[in-house]
Amino acid sequence: MRDRLIFTSQLIFTLLVASFLVVPAILSISAGVTVNYFRGIQSGVTLQWVAQVWELYAGTILLSFVIAFATLALTLAVGVPAAYALHIRGGRMSRVVEEIITLPLAIPGLAIALALLLTYGDFGDFRRSWLFILVGHVIFTMPFMVRSVMAVFATIDIKTLDESAASLGASPWRRFRDVIVPNALPGILAGSLMVVTLSLGEFNLTWMLHTPLTKTLPIGLADSYASMRLEVASAYTLIFFVMIIPLLVAMQLFAEKEAKR
Amino acid sequence: MSHRSFVWLCLLPLAVVTAAFFLLPMARLVVTGAGGPQGLAGYLAILTEPRYRATLINTVLLAAATTIVTLIVATIAGMFLQRHRFPGRAVLIAMLTFPLAFPGVVVGFMIILLAGRQGLIGDFSNRLFGEKLVFAYSIYGLFLGYLYFSIPRVILTIMAAVQKLDIGLEEAARSLGAGPWAVQRDVVLPALAPAFVASGAIAFATAMGAFGTAFTLATNIDVLPMLIYTEFTLAANFSISAALSVGLGIITWFILALARSFSGSAVAAAG
Repeated sequence: MRDRLIFTSQLIFTLLVASFLVVPAILSISAGVTVNYFRGIQSGVTLQWVAQVWELYAGTILLSFVIAFATLALTLAVGVPAAYALHIRGGRMSRVVEEIITLPLAIPGLAIALALLLTYGDFGDFRRSWLFILVGHVIFTMPFMVRSVMAVFATIDIKTLDESAASLGASPWRRFRDVIVPNALPGILAGSLMVVTLSLGEFNLTWMLHTPLTKTLPIGLADSYASMRLEVASAYTLIFFVMIIPLLVAMQLFAEKEAKR
Repeated sequence: MSHRSFVWLCLLPLAVVTAAFFLLPMARLVVTGAGGPQGLAGYLAILTEPRYRATLINTVLLAAATTIVTLIVATIAGMFLQRHRFPGRAVLIAMLTFPLAFPGVVVGFMIILLAGRQGLIGDFSNRLFGEKLVFAYSIYGLFLGYLYFSIPRVILTIMAAVQKLDIGLEEAARSLGAGPWAVQRDVVLPALAPAFVASGAIAFATAMGAFGTAFTLATNIDVLPMLIYTEFTLAANFSISAALSVGLGIITWFILALARSFSGSAVAAAG
């Protein structure tokens, strides 16, 4: 009896917490396809707001994808070799380097953005281009790629693999390409999902680094929250959900698969 | 090419990118912070200037409240979900973790839909009491937003920690005559302490430094990130905003480093 009571009250509490998280998301999705949110769903269902968002903000969505994939390309090209080198070298220096590249996670994005603005704000062409935002995203997401790849190296004996390939006469570059990278693949995939998801949703840095001509999706969202009617803002959020939720699901499925191995 | 030089070559791009776009700018930020009319004393302004100090205290209180409430809520829900198997459990877990990928701006909008001018809470209170309850655009709205942001993260950490608990210890305590509360207080909660520290530190650091949610809700909420933003963009007060953001960065970094040395696991802020 007593156990039953405890179970039920805990269940109700958990359900309340879940509804706190889910109800606004449902409100947002329904508002995005409602003719008039104030009058409720009875006013009819429509895709006009989604269409309007596309008309107004398609550019931001496109730019967000461009930046996310450019960020991914750079973190792959820079981060994967670095993770290998840090793992092989080990020791104190590697730990210090890892510590330094992880700092952007502990420092608010606002501070990093100010630092970039103060340093490169006068380089007009660079400051005005989307590359300026890209730089911020690369700094912010790099630790996720490096650590996710290093985590895989820690579970397999990469040194022995590397040395046996070397004893067969493979050059360092061939070993990296044919032995190291294929073995690091789970970490590279997990890191990539993380990098793309974070880049698509990044706001703190991006708000400071963007210009009227380089607006990303979260910047457009903030813009629509401030100046558009609720239905348009909701439809825009709906588009964001459609983009980000598959990535999140993929990330969690991937984590589960890894946990089972 | 020798193996040694290949390894160095692998590290080179990261060194260049980090030096050029992180270390150099951060150094510049620190120098700018001391470049105001007060010089190095600009760094003390966060403590000596009454307006900045009030904002700092406000921010710390908000972050502390967020952390405590998030930990309580997440522990009750996380422990419940990890200890019981019932139909619909997986759906409930999915509902509690799907906001993980929401950036701060979107969280702000969720709070507007709940407690804003056209929000659900205002709608209910209007029907029940004839008065519209609107608090999204105040520090209470921000508090709710940070709860929304932190609960999913902390629940995941707590669930993982509860899973690793040794049930045998609780059974031993019970068999020795400890009541259910005593078991929770003396066995379960102490064993979860590292998880509380790690996830609490993330919640605290995020609530200190996050900017998106506050920005969406209102520009006149009195917290440190908004102060830095307005000093930089509206007042063009570069040295003060640099000094304040260095101060904020040191606080969040210190909290996370402290938590990491205590709990032994990697800890990072987000948002």
